[in-house]
Order: sequence, then structure tokens, then C-alpha cells
Amino acid sequence: MTLATGINRLATLQDEPPAAIPGGPADPVLIVDHLTMRFGGLTAVNDLSFKVGRGDITALIGPNGAGKTTVFNCITGFYKPSEGMIRLVQKGGETYLLERLPGHDVNRLARVARTFQNIRLFPRMTVLENLLVAMHKPLMRASGFSILGILGLPAYRSAEKAGIEKAAAWLDRIGLTARADDAAGDLPYGDQRRLEIARAMCTDPVLLCLDEPAAGLNPRESSELNTLLRLIRDEYDTSVLLIEHDMSVVMQISDRIVVLDYGIKIADGTPDDIRTDTRVIAAYLGVDDEEVAAVEAEVGLTGTQA
Amino acid sequence: MATGSTTPIAATARAEASPLPGLIKDAGLFALVTLGLCVPIVSYRTDLGQGIGLVITTRWGTVLALCAAIFVLRLVQQLYLTGRARRRAARAPVVEGASRLAAILAPITLVIALTLPLLATLLTGSLGEGRYWIDLGILILTYVMLGWGLNIVVGLAGLLDLGYVAFYAVGAYSYALLSTVFGLSFWICLPLAGLFAAAFGVLLGFPVLRLRGDYLAIVTLAFGEIIRLVLINWTDFSGGAAGISSIPRVSFFGLPFTAGENGFAATFGLSFNAMHRLVFLYYLILVLALVTNLVTLRMRRLPLGRAWEALREDEIACRSLGIDTTITKLTAFALGAMFAGFAGSFFAVRQAFVSPESFNFLESAIILAIVVLGGMGSQIGVAIAAIVMIGGPELLRNLGFLKAVFGEGFDPNEYRLLLFGLAMVAMMVFRPRGLISERTPSVTIAERGR
Repeated sequence: MTLATGINRLATLQDEPPAAIPGGPADPVLIVDHLTMRFGGLTAVNDLSFKVGRGDITALIGPNGAGKTTVFNCITGFYKPSEGMIRLVQKGGETYLLERLPGHDVNRLARVARTFQNIRLFPRMTVLENLLVAMHKPLMRASGFSILGILGLPAYRSAEKAGIEKAAAWLDRIGLTARADDAAGDLPYGDQRRLEIARAMCTDPVLLCLDEPAAGLNPRESSELNTLLRLIRDEYDTSVLLIEHDMSVVMQISDRIVVLDYGIKIADGTPDDIRTDTRVIAAYLGVDDEEVAAVEAEVGLTGTQA
Repeated sequence: MATGSTTPIAATARAEASPLPGLIKDAGLFALVTLGLCVPIVSYRTDLGQGIGLVITTRWGTVLALCAAIFVLRLVQQLYLTGRARRRAARAPVVEGASRLAAILAPITLVIALTLPLLATLLTGSLGEGRYWIDLGILILTYVMLGWGLNIVVGLAGLLDLGYVAFYAVGAYSYALLSTVFGLSFWICLPLAGLFAAAFGVLLGFPVLRLRGDYLAIVTLAFGEIIRLVLINWTDFSGGAAGISSIPRVSFFGLPFTAGENGFAATFGLSFNAMHRLVFLYYLILVLALVTNLVTLRMRRLPLGRAWEALREDEIACRSLGIDTTITKLTAFALGAMFAGFAGSFFAVRQAFVSPESFNFLESAIILAIVVLGGMGSQIGVAIAAIVMIGGPELLRNLGFLKAVFGEGFDPNEYRLLLFGLAMVAMMVFRPRGLISERTPSVTIAERGR
């Protein structure tokens, strides 16, 4: 316990209030500052700065290989960034430096939850068990770190019951109550996606990071996903950061969009701004030959072979 | 319900009845082809005559026999194949049957285990006569306990441990040394042995935290060998290859099992019988094994146990959910090792002698085989596998009649490992996920209203 608290203190910055970047959200929950990630000679993310507003749905988009998932892995503690700072500001003003926390503490202390591009459920465990695993921290405390739980004390039993209630509420919300006792690996693809989101939500996150939640979903499932994400934003104290290729999802539900290309931020704004941004259109659709120079100048890619 | 159950039966009967004429026709066709082939090849034979020239002899009887043989063989083959297809189709109910079988077997096994000394006495006539069965029971229960302990590490947490016997050795030597050097009693040494073994579990756990699968298996295998080699070579500490002998026997919570007036028998007004100690040992290992089982079952419902299973399924997802994988792995190693430590100190007190010989790799392999055969994660499966794996070879001792078949020098016991290997191969082919392969959920939604 004392060691964990110590690390907590080390990673907590009380003295420095989050600086406001002009044009960004007024009350950010996540501030990414000059983030750079290099793999050997490859710079996957280069000097990226952006903010995620509290209570917003922020989308991170960009063509394939733009470095979106790398940014996610840096935020959620799977990669240690080469340079830069990632700050998570909780409602009380408590700030965590995510890049300094050990992997699991990003969720346990800073309360950042995530899903994965290729779904990572616990396939042989049941749907309900998947959700209960996500409530590890409160249940662990209730079971006296297993010692009291082994003795069968009632404190744990009521905590577990509360956990099951919470899981059941989420199952109702994602329409999987009927399949609660089936192995998670046996669910159809769309259900697995929703279950993974519900599992992440069971950790009571401040920030929920979704890596391509609409990938492989049919139009109906996509619109259900939109409803679910709006519900998460409106009814919980959870801000959402998502990577998505499906523009129908992105444009409809995002409050703010950050566009990456080759690891560099090329645009940052509301969906309407992004829709008309020439650099974004150039990155996605390419440009006519005669416009290349103009676009390159605008993007800042000077010094290229003219 | 009644109509629901009769309809499939009627359907099956029809399916059974319909193929038979077809099969006979098919076999008849085969026999006809055989006849056609036999007429030129088999039915006429030329022999040297009495004088010059050849004589033709006909062999219609042989032809008839061949045709009949082909007819019967083809019929049997077809019947077998259709039967197999039907069995394949009905596989799902078979699996369900296996889990129902497990539900029935568990209480039966428990009742037999609880009453074994009584049963042995009744069946063989006296307590002394039943000694063999009680001894065998102790041996099997030791392996059941070891299997359940390893099941925590391998079955639940998914960490392949090939050096599990090292913790068994730590437990055994803990008791042997603490009792012979410091004169501590078994009841103090038992928890200490568990603690020491758990400490060794953590010690092994630290360097292997980042390893998975094959690499983890190799390191644990090496760890097991290191412990054994240290015990052999550190003569001052462990007595080397000669081991430690005359380890104090178990007492009935302080009352020794001796004929003297302070002994167990005299205190309880019984006539002295050397078997009292053995029966006590039997119940001791039964209690230890049941405690292991109870703790494992409880752990599965606790967040830590669920985290073990989640770790087996997907370590990265665990980390993203805020589970400290380091602590989770170490606790699995420590708890599994602790039960091996208990079993080890029981082994030492039962044998009154320990040597490194008892803790070689084959022991680890047998314990792992018990867990894998039982179905990883299934408690009753592991118990049944232990009974089969440890009790099975004992059957070989009673196969004396085979000497009449294979000659006087034949000893079925020498084929133990061969049969063991064959059984393993057969298991992996027919039930690759173990005897009881279904996983019981640790919690179900139906319990919500509880």
C-alpha cells in the first residue's frame, strides 16, 4: 500500500495547473503535450499536442498508419513515449502524469479505460465474469485482498452482489442480459464489441479510449453504438476519446476531431471545421498535381523535393 | 415433455431401421465382385498329374468362403461407419453427459474417500488387512492434493510450471530439518513448511514474470532441477543423496501413536494398534486435500481468482483493466507452492525419511499429467485423473494371470510407463481438453436475487 501511494504521489503534480492552449477545450480532461514516439528510426508520432475536453466525445482520425493507435498505447501506458507529457486531470483537479505510471495504474489510479482494435475479451469466461473482472479494484478491497474473502465474511458477499447488480445494469444497457452466462468468445462480433465497451465502463473511467469501436459493425449496429456512446457521455462522468474510420460515426457524435497524418497533427476542431479543412481532404483523398505545392506549403512540408 | 422425448427416439429408430437393407445390398454387391474376381483366380487350380500333364482341380468351397468373408467384413465395416457418424451427430449430448457424470461422481468419490478406512476394514476383514488399501488411499490423496495445488498455477492462472515438485521438496525438507534439528513438532512445522514453499514460489515467480508459455516452462523445469541438485550436493545442510532419516512421526495433536501409557490408544482407552497412526495419516491428508479444494473453489469466486483466470485468457486486457499482473502471478505461484509445501511436509512425516530421489522430474511430470488429463481448471477431473494415474498402475500388480500368457519372466509392472504413455496419447486424441473439459462459471446471473 505505502509503495503504491508513494508512486501515486510521484506521479501527481499538484503545483502546475493545466495551461490553456488557445482554441482548445476550456476544461480538458486529457492534455497531450509534445508527444513523440520513436521505434528505432521510425517516428510514429511526432510532436503531437492536443486536448480532450471534459464531457466531450473526441475523435482521433487519420489515414492508415497515421499513428493513432500508437497515441492510444502511449496514453494507456502500453508504450512509454520517447518525449512529451500526457496529463490526466480529474474533476477535483488532481493531475496524473500518465507516461510515468506503471501500465495497470493508468486504469487503477488515473482511471483511463480502453478497448482494443482487435477485441480482447476473456473468451472462455462468461459475459458476466468479464464484467466482474473489470471491477477488480473495489471487489479486491471488499474481499480484504482475498484474506477476508477466503473466510467467507459477509462483507465480500454484499460487495459481490452489488458488483453483479452493476454488471446486470450494463448488460441491460447493451442488450446482453439473455447471454450473461455464455462464454464471451461465443458471442457474435458486434456483441463482443459492445461487451468490451461495457467492460471498460465497469472500471468507472474518467476517460474512455475506444480503438475503432465501429470496425466490422453493420449500419444498424453502428447507430446503436452511437446511441451507447452518447449515453456514456451524457449519463456518466466519462469523456470519450475514440479512433474511428467510420465517418458516419465520427461526424455524428464527435464534439471535437483531431486529425493525424504521418504522426503529425494536421487539424483539430469541430466536425464542421474538419469537413471543410483542405489539409484533411488532401490527406484522405489526395490532391491534383498542380495543387501539391500549395498544400505542402500549407501543411509545412517545406524542403521536400520540388 | 413426453411427446418431446418420444419423437426423437422414433426418428432414431427409423434411421436405424432404414439403412440395413441398403447395407446388405451393398455388401452383396461386394461379394458378387469378389466372386467375379475369384472365378478366374481362385476357383481353378492346376496340379501336377500322375503322369505327364496338369490336372485341374476346382476349389468352389474356398471361393464361397472368400465371398462370405468379404460380405461379412463389408457389412461390419459399414455398420461401424454409420454408427460412428451417428455418434458424431450426437456428440453434444455426450459432452453434457460428461458434466452430469462429474456432478454424480463428485459426491460418490467424496463419500468413498471419507469412509475408506471403514470400507477397507469391512471388505478385508480387519484393520491390519486393510493396510494396503489405506496406504494406496494416502498415496492417491497426496497426488490429488498436489494436482489441485498445481491446478491453481496451471489450470487457473495458465502458467505452465514444470518444476512443481521443487515446492513439494521444500515442504518435505522444511519439516525434516525443523523437526530433526530444532525438534519442532509436526503441527508447528506444517504451516511453516507451507510458508517456506510459498516464499520459494515468490522467489521463482519474480524472474519469470515476463515469461510465458515455452520459456516459462523451461525456467520452471530448471528451477525444479536446481532445488534437487542443491539438496544432493549441499551435504552439510540436507544430508546429500543419503537424505534425512528418522524424522519424528506424527502425533495425535501431541499424543504419540505408541503403546505406552501416554500414547493415543491408552488415553482413549483403546487397545494399541499400529494402524491407528495410518488411519490418522489418511484423514490428515484427506483434510489437507479438501482444504486445498475448498480454498481453490473459494478463490475462483474472489476477485483475485477471477484475475488469475483473466490472466490466463488475456494478459494485456488485464492490464488495461487495472489488474496488477505482477501481484496476480506471484500470488498464484505462492498459493500453489504453499499447498505443495503442505503436501511435502505430510510426505516427510509419513515416510519418516526424505531424500532427493523422491523429487525428480518424473514427479513433476506425473502431477502435471494429472492436471492436464483431468481437464485444466476442473477440480473433480483432477481428482479422477489422480485416481486413474496413481491407482491404475496398482492394478498391474494384480495381473498375475498374464504370466501364464506371456511366460514366467513377464512382469506387468515393467510396462507401467509404456501404458502411461499410451493412455496419454489416447487421451490427447479423444479428449484433448481433459476428462472434464467444461468450465463451470464462477458466478451466474441467476444468483442476482440471492
